[in-house]
Amino acid sequence: MALVNLANSNIQTREQRLGSIISYEGTAAELAQISRDGQLRDRTRSFTQISSCASSCAICLLSLIQDAAVVNHAPLGCAADFSMFNLVNRYGQFKRGITPANAHLVSSNLTETDTIFGGVAKLEQAVRDAHERFHPKAIFITASCASAITGEDVDSVADSLEIELGIPVVTVHCEGFRSKVWTTGFDVAYHAILRKIVKPPQTKRPELINIITFWGDDVFTELFSKLGLVANLIVPFSNIEKISRLSESGATVQMCSTLGTYLASGLESLYGVPEIKAPPPYGLAGTDAWLRALGRVAHKEAEVEALIASEREAIADELTELRKELKGLTGYVAAGSVHGHSLASVLRELGMNVAGGCFWHHDPNFDNQDPAADSLEHVVKTYGDFPVSICNKQSYEVVNQLRRLKPDVFIVRHPGMAVWGGKLGIPTFLVEDEHFGLAYRGLLRFGRKIADAVNNPSFYQHLAKHTRLPYTDWWLRQGSATFLGAEE
Amino acid sequence: MSTTIEQPRQFCTLGGQQSVVAIERAIPIVHGGPGCSNKLFGGMAFFNGFQGSGYAGGNAVPGTNSCEKDIVFGGEKRLREVIDGALKVMDGDMFVVLTGCTADLVGDDTATVVSEYRERGVPIVHASTGGFKGNNYRGHELVVEAIIDQYLEPADRLNPNLVNVWSVLPYQDTFWAGNLQAIRQLLEGLGLEANILFGHDSGGIDAWKKIPAAAFNIVLSPWTGLSIAEKLKQRFGTPYLHYPVLPIGAVETSKFLRSVGEFAELRKEDVEQFIEKQEAYFYHYLDRSADFFMEMRWDLPAWFINVSDSFYSLGISRFLVNELALKPGRQFITDNPPEEFRKELIRQFATLKEKVSAEVTFTHDGGEIANALRNEKFDQPPLVIGTSWDRDVAKQIGGYHLSIALPITDRLVLDRAYVGYAGGLRLVEDIYGAVLTTY
Repeated sequence: MALVNLANSNIQTREQRLGSIISYEGTAAELAQISRDGQLRDRTRSFTQISSCASSCAICLLSLIQDAAVVNHAPLGCAADFSMFNLVNRYGQFKRGITPANAHLVSSNLTETDTIFGGVAKLEQAVRDAHERFHPKAIFITASCASAITGEDVDSVADSLEIELGIPVVTVHCEGFRSKVWTTGFDVAYHAILRKIVKPPQTKRPELINIITFWGDDVFTELFSKLGLVANLIVPFSNIEKISRLSESGATVQMCSTLGTYLASGLESLYGVPEIKAPPPYGLAGTDAWLRALGRVAHKEAEVEALIASEREAIADELTELRKELKGLTGYVAAGSVHGHSLASVLRELGMNVAGGCFWHHDPNFDNQDPAADSLEHVVKTYGDFPVSICNKQSYEVVNQLRRLKPDVFIVRHPGMAVWGGKLGIPTFLVEDEHFGLAYRGLLRFGRKIADAVNNPSFYQHLAKHTRLPYTDWWLRQGSATFLGAEE
Repeated sequence: MSTTIEQPRQFCTLGGQQSVVAIERAIPIVHGGPGCSNKLFGGMAFFNGFQGSGYAGGNAVPGTNSCEKDIVFGGEKRLREVIDGALKVMDGDMFVVLTGCTADLVGDDTATVVSEYRERGVPIVHASTGGFKGNNYRGHELVVEAIIDQYLEPADRLNPNLVNVWSVLPYQDTFWAGNLQAIRQLLEGLGLEANILFGHDSGGIDAWKKIPAAAFNIVLSPWTGLSIAEKLKQRFGTPYLHYPVLPIGAVETSKFLRSVGEFAELRKEDVEQFIEKQEAYFYHYLDRSADFFMEMRWDLPAWFINVSDSFYSLGISRFLVNELALKPGRQFITDNPPEEFRKELIRQFATLKEKVSAEVTFTHDGGEIANALRNEKFDQPPLVIGTSWDRDVAKQIGGYHLSIALPITDRLVLDRAYVGYAGGLRLVEDIYGAVLTTY
């Protein structure tokens, strides 16, 4: 079956498409192996803490497209993350020299009456309001648990309003209950983009390289200019016109396949834009491999070799110093799958040990089905094995492990989890900018950040002394996988 | 009028989870989709003054993360699993199960599941808070009413000094923690024992058990919490005082204290003595900085516009008119008060002072608010006292801006209070701080 079916507004969830799981305890090497062998099965977890859902991922990505608008067809509670995305948007605008302005987000505000008599009229009103207020170039309608369970025909509304308003109006099937893996939200958002925004190429622009990113700083433009390439960061802080021409680019690269798997593969399968299949550009080995894979496709092999040499040279002395300073320290990383693998690479590259890794889910494959993009296998092969658990932000399991492993530093990529390391007295930080440790110079930035955290742990020590964890002594004495059950 | 909501300033009934988090050592359990609780934590706590997880909020909240098969086959088994685990893993004194849209729409019998645990002696209650049922102001009431109905027992003996306080909403009011402490200190100043029930050092489950023993309840709120006081009156016969204005600054706070004194039949001299001391403190600082108010306000705003819930819009309007002699522009009330309370709110704004009144718009759609503000004419730069959403429109109309209501992403809020005498001083500092920082 073709990956992207443009005729269907919906796609399979990540667990259906890729066999993704959210429960595992073991080691990185074992997980990589059983993933490769096709033997990976999810396990039940009887006690669970709250997770996140696909709608947050979808709304966030789409609302960062600067001239689009998002209509959330849901009760108002589902809009509780609007203020987060607004801050992310303003912060990103500020850093990019754009005047900060509120994100283009509205809710149709479904209420009890609408769940009985239907909320289609409110949805139409919300879409028209979004059009009038923001004058967007496209409107994305994000569906919700409530709109799906009550059987709202969101697709028909989108299609008829698209004709009325003369701009793309696209349904995004990010209903929270549909997938246990919240990154399905990225996939459905990209599906919406592929379905109604991206156009067949009018021309080819081989020098233009799509880079699927989130909200991190632009570290690519300068790096790529040294290769004679033009970085096209998508989709946050981009615009509908640029996104409509993604099919014309010379290649698509990712810094995290957890984020970009569906879009990168979709652009290749629909329009032949080659997806660069390589480990993510974190750590020397990963960055070298990532650049070389790009160089081969973009016909910039010589330029890439020169860049690798000069970048390695530029960081060599300071990297040696940092490795000396950080040698033997242990770090625990917790992040969404591939970015977690990247953080582990960074730690190892800095001379540290990985006490453990907790990843929010695991994809045994990406949509490209290409082992060259297997980031976990890359870490294991390059740097060796380490303990791994997979949980969808189960903080009780993470606390349990952190207390046992006592790492020198806890590094997190996802809001709401860092606090649990800090409360244990462990120097902890959130990787707010996913490009912070990227490529060669990122290693230095990241290393200095770790050194700072470890060198003055006073905040965490005081916190630990004066806080109380919400967990029973019984739980803290158990193994962290106590509530994992049989394979599903 | 449009039904669309842009720039939300309140959320759904499930937001009542934050009221549970605010009870010391209470644990919410969310029976809903995987994202609801986390979204509400973000909207009500983190991206609202950067209030954090606290003891058992944020990602510590047990939840069923309902998925497709729980929708198709029902989620009661999953709920039992999660409650069983929570009782083992979570160190709590009380558990409150809150339902989301999924559980309530597919018709899980959450009440029965939870009552089975209660019959075994587990301190656990259930609030049906499916998000489509209303806003989180109602969600707060539903949580409190669930505890009253399913957990409290009549008291053997009344404590004639004890008063339960029902006022600002935990987390929704970014300054709730400081405000409730301030209310407690004021009531203690009158010699009463104030049961504030939420926040640091509020006594947890023991304080909740004392609710039926109180001499009376105070509803210090325009409307939220009245249903709680009514319920307590019906169930335990406890009388209540409804004081609809959040007391900010000396004039209103003194008036509030006199009302309490009268209701509780306290000795008038004692009440007046306390008030006199507090007023002396308050006016000392206005007096000391009177130069500022004479000399520096020529370019400072005369007009103020509140964009906040009825607690703050009314409380702040009364304060700014009665004490700082500012002029009210149109006031936007964002907590969607039930119809029966609107007339009284309109009257309150119409009679702020003999010659001073304000028009009121009830809306929580930021687009409508911004549009209305852009169409107003101001002869001097107005001050917009609202949320972080309102920064852009304040700038567009050439005004000043201070965030005091959800969502606040341009300030960090720890224990600051705006209620009371000291709270009034804080608000004056913050207002003119926000103005002066412009230059």
